[in-house]
Amino acid sequence: MRRLALLMLTGCATGAPPGATPPVTLHLPPTALTAPEQVTHALHRLAFGPSEADRQRLAAAGLEGWLAAQLEPGVDPAIEARLSGFKTLSLTVADSFREYPRPEQRLKALGVDVKTGEGRAQARQLARENPDALPRQLLIELTQAKLLRAANSQRQLEEVLVDFWFNHFNVSAEKNRVRWMVNAYEREAIRPHVYGRFRALLGATAKHPAMLWYLDNWMSVRDGFTLPRGLRDQDDDAPRAMGLNENYARELLELHTVGVNAGYSQDDVREAARALTGWGLELRRKKDDFAQFEFHRLAHDDGAKQVFGLRLPAGGGQRDGELLLDFLARHPATAKHLAFKLCQRLVSDTPPPALVDRVAAEFLRTDGDLRATYRAIIESPEFWSPEVVATKTRTPFEFVVGAVRAIGTLDEAQRPLATALEQLGQPLYRCAPPTGYREDAAAWVSAGALVSRINFGLKLASGRVPGVEVRLPPKSTSVEAIALGVLGRPASEQTLSIVRRALSSDDELDERRGVEVSKVVGLLLGSPEFQKQ
Amino acid sequence: MISRRALMQSLAAFGAAPAFAQKSGSKKTLVVVFLRGGVDGLSMVPPIGDPALAPLRPSLKPTRPLPLDATFGLHPAMSALAPLFQAKQLAVVHAVGLPSSPRSHFEAQDILESGSAGRRARDGWLNRAGRALDDAAFSMVAVQNGLPGSMQGDASALAFPSLKDLRIGGGDVSAATFESLYAQAVDQALRTSGHEAFDSVAKVKTEGLAERPPQNGAVWPRSTLGRRLQDLARLIHADVGLHLAATELGGFDTHLAQGSDEGQLAQRLKELSEALAAFAVDLGPKLADVTLLTMTEFGRTARENGTRGTDHGTASASLVLGGGVNGGRVLSDWPGLTKLYEGRDLAVTTDLRSVMSECLDATGLRGKDVFPDFTPARVGLFG
Repeated sequence: MRRLALLMLTGCATGAPPGATPPVTLHLPPTALTAPEQVTHALHRLAFGPSEADRQRLAAAGLEGWLAAQLEPGVDPAIEARLSGFKTLSLTVADSFREYPRPEQRLKALGVDVKTGEGRAQARQLARENPDALPRQLLIELTQAKLLRAANSQRQLEEVLVDFWFNHFNVSAEKNRVRWMVNAYEREAIRPHVYGRFRALLGATAKHPAMLWYLDNWMSVRDGFTLPRGLRDQDDDAPRAMGLNENYARELLELHTVGVNAGYSQDDVREAARALTGWGLELRRKKDDFAQFEFHRLAHDDGAKQVFGLRLPAGGGQRDGELLLDFLARHPATAKHLAFKLCQRLVSDTPPPALVDRVAAEFLRTDGDLRATYRAIIESPEFWSPEVVATKTRTPFEFVVGAVRAIGTLDEAQRPLATALEQLGQPLYRCAPPTGYREDAAAWVSAGALVSRINFGLKLASGRVPGVEVRLPPKSTSVEAIALGVLGRPASEQTLSIVRRALSSDDELDERRGVEVSKVVGLLLGSPEFQKQ
Repeated sequence: MISRRALMQSLAAFGAAPAFAQKSGSKKTLVVVFLRGGVDGLSMVPPIGDPALAPLRPSLKPTRPLPLDATFGLHPAMSALAPLFQAKQLAVVHAVGLPSSPRSHFEAQDILESGSAGRRARDGWLNRAGRALDDAAFSMVAVQNGLPGSMQGDASALAFPSLKDLRIGGGDVSAATFESLYAQAVDQALRTSGHEAFDSVAKVKTEGLAERPPQNGAVWPRSTLGRRLQDLARLIHADVGLHLAATELGGFDTHLAQGSDEGQLAQRLKELSEALAAFAVDLGPKLADVTLLTMTEFGRTARENGTRGTDHGTASASLVLGGGVNGGRVLSDWPGLTKLYEGRDLAVTTDLRSVMSECLDATGLRGKDVFPDFTPARVGLFG
């Protein structure tokens, strides 16, 4: 057993604005893991797997220093510079609509009748000539940016958390207008709040056009209220707002806050939906962007409500919704639900109940301070227990990014990576149901998926994934050392002997050693051991 | 994490397999073709005998439908299916769908594939049906990218874009090495799935499944759906124990310039019907043990819209093809087009789950156990 040192770190030292947050103090527990095991474990769970660059950073800062910096990350100029070439990443929702319309809309604005054969031909021509100006460009760049950040950002924990919270508050670009909103959603509603208070994160998602559209709250109005004609888009087939829509309110309770087993009833869902009536989108005639939150007083149900123990007197207006979010963000069931999900992501598919309870208690004690909540997990003996090391199956995203990080660097996130994720069942930003993608292994381990993983690993190792610079170990490296590099921990004797057998049965000519190294790496990436983190 | 299959195996080892492990022993196959985007059932199988159709569809109504009976016709682009209808191997179910389905693609698909009209189930209807299947490598297969929602769940299912892709790169040694690596995996789920993966990969290779030539003089169209159904026909001919199969065809979301006898929708319907017809020819006598069902997340508005297309609606039509089908009929409790659901859509008079359930029954699986909170009604597709 070794005792890890206590550490104090000031905000200034990591580049955070002075005085923004109190310094992070870590009290790491005793652990039976060796120092290298701790490093690999930290990089597996709090980053997207070990990479050469992050190993060096961690060695320079020390484990405690690296962890503290991850909890309070400074700027990473390299990744910012790398992403500055993506034109769409900084667009507001309104700009996304304006600059990346469908070709038909572009022509309509020019007065072309797109219903005629000639108009349609023009639209097709426009799409052919300017493929980079099509709406799909928004998702292409966002996907590339996510891959680049996950692979290269020094702020690894932030990327893990953005991935986690986006998935928790899932929206899907598949749902018509969300495609133009999803980029701003991640940038405005998720990323700025992952180290903040849960209430702020909850409020930012509740008011974002992407969520309002995805879960239909924009059209939820008090009974009897009708949205004026002309304020809807024909293509979207959203029926005119004609009453209460419970979609958001239900997921707010079931998925975003207290969780499905918290003991609320259908009446509570309905009352919550009433409290949120009028939380909608800016609607202007002749202005087609639906790009901002707007509270519609006339559409709000101003009667008294009672939601799950919270009483809202009549006449509350927009405050009804705010009070509801306050109430839900501080509810013990929310603390438990979030603690479970975070521990499932960072510790184990079946996290120890005692750990979940302690993390939930910290969440409540700090009024939903997310940084303190993560810290409670990182400081727990359960996180550093040998029992949880290498027990979680990588999701397809973790597998693809982890494989790239294990053997090279990602210079350009070209199409084959996104295609691989589609084939493995995890297309980015396109998870249709509001539940988000599942975290546990059962969702991802299947025969077809394993074949795809194996083939992706072989392709990657042989240098056939464009945009990835593969750096193989030198020819003379032993199988054991290659395995240590790829897996981040020693391979089992059985694995080593199976891989060695595969080599000796081929040939042992020296000039073939280069091929052999890539073969060993390919076998290891597809091995069962690499699927675990 | 223990998979259901792993659990079954360990229980079986102690002679204590629970009752739901009773295997079906069926040799039959159900193929589900999901038509994504919302098929306009009023164009695919237009109710030509309903006088309300023409005024609703001034520019979209097919002008030369192939008559099926006094009320219904078949879209002219689907002429490849006419002989199957006449041979009573093809039936149509019309005004079919889920009651009060949402008009959002993703929600409607989610609900339909989970097979529960209310709150979504956590697994898919085909997967629940598949719990009764043997553990053959190809017992439940989706020929598409990734498992569809209908096949997600505890029972094992295999997804691949084509049989050609079901191979391990890097040559024989690499395949054998991966097999050894997974055989010794510590993680039970990985070990079990690995075994299934290498089983199916080996079968594709040793039996040359991906290269089997067309049978019974079939001429397959060179479309995506054609290639996918051809792969399924290959698996059926090879007797690999395929019981539940799924694939999909997209492009039915025809808001704009839908077309009539020709055009966007006609193209899709042509691709669909030619692939289905080739499937029936290729299977020949084997079609007796096969049922193919098409479904879609919703129909489209009865009235054409301002851009010569149609918007998201409610009821649509399904095709049911197979040797055991009592075909040559359009089964429908026709609601008519004068009184529209919510003033805009063809109303649902047959719950799609009743159709799905009957197709499972015909495949030797118990359809009524698959849909929570729903009692299937008799549709009469078989016998």
